[in-house]
Amino acid sequence: MSSIPAPLLWTVILGLAVGSYALRFAFIGFMGGKPIAPWLMRHLRYTAVAIIPALVAPLVVWPAPTDGAPSLMHFAAAAATLAVGYLTRNVLYGLGAGGVSLLLLYLAA
Amino acid sequence: MAITTTKSAFWKGFRDSAPFIFMASPFGFLFGVLAAEAGLIVPEAFAFSLAVFAGAAQFTALQLMQENAPLIIILISALAVNLRMAMYSASLTPYLGDAPMWQRALAAYFMVDQSYALSIVKFETEPELTAPQRMAYFLGTNGIVAPAWVIATAFGALVGTRIPDSWGVDFVLPLAFLAMIGPMLRTPAHIAACFVAVATALPAAALPYNLGLIVAGIAGMIAGAQAELWLERQKTKSEAAQ
Repeated sequence: MSSIPAPLLWTVILGLAVGSYALRFAFIGFMGGKPIAPWLMRHLRYTAVAIIPALVAPLVVWPAPTDGAPSLMHFAAAAATLAVGYLTRNVLYGLGAGGVSLLLLYLAA
Repeated sequence: MAITTTKSAFWKGFRDSAPFIFMASPFGFLFGVLAAEAGLIVPEAFAFSLAVFAGAAQFTALQLMQENAPLIIILISALAVNLRMAMYSASLTPYLGDAPMWQRALAAYFMVDQSYALSIVKFETEPELTAPQRMAYFLGTNGIVAPAWVIATAFGALVGTRIPDSWGVDFVLPLAFLAMIGPMLRTPAHIAACFVAVATALPAAALPYNLGLIVAGIAGMIAGAQAELWLERQKTKSEAAQ
């Protein structure tokens, strides 16, 4: 198990705590009733839905359990998770589908 | 039931948020398990959830720390995931902006997906609520979900240290992210943002220092914004044609 160095971990925790709080406080604390520019709102709306898929795509195409060798089974498990999450609009059903497909992967291996 | 007092507004928010326990607890638990697998001890995982208090950003940081990404990339990526909080903050300001500073400072900490989603609907449908009632409702929506999240993390971390490495949980994190993405794809613009981000991320994975993530994230954001503009123009056009 590769352990994360403590100084890095605590820098990340503190940095994220301060940064996340600043993002949450920015408008409600400082802006009063001033509206935020529409072009900025338009980009903010898509940050999570861009960053998270960008993070996950390489993890699915080059999965860690196979040491990065593309695997049809891992791809199928990922596709099932995404599809169920999308169709049911529910994170937990998606996660359940992921768990079941992971179990199938484990049994098939 | 109509809200009549500040106190009842708090409890209304509390009750409305109750179903979200079933969302927050498993996710907090999972974060704890994966944090333990990454080598975090229980107080570290607990402090992480308590201080940062944002699920998707915490999972992002955890993944990147395991990939030995540079500090600056970890912070930028996880904070980018949290940029939507700034949007929530902006959108609730007309309703909560008149509250005293200490209340606004407290509310900022509790600005999460579920408190925002419940509150904005409530405030829009019941404009007769007073400012203190609105603040009480908002804080009420976190009365049970916030403790559930933090406690579930600690439990997860406790259990996680007992899970043998051979169970191969290192594919659980990607699956958790995918389960989160599904419900986010609400409009064609969201799907466009997701698709462009993925299409960019794969070739960009060759870039050093995990920079590919930032590049792909920005590409996806721009794609989403442009798709939204394009869809709006199409709509106005078809309305004008009628």
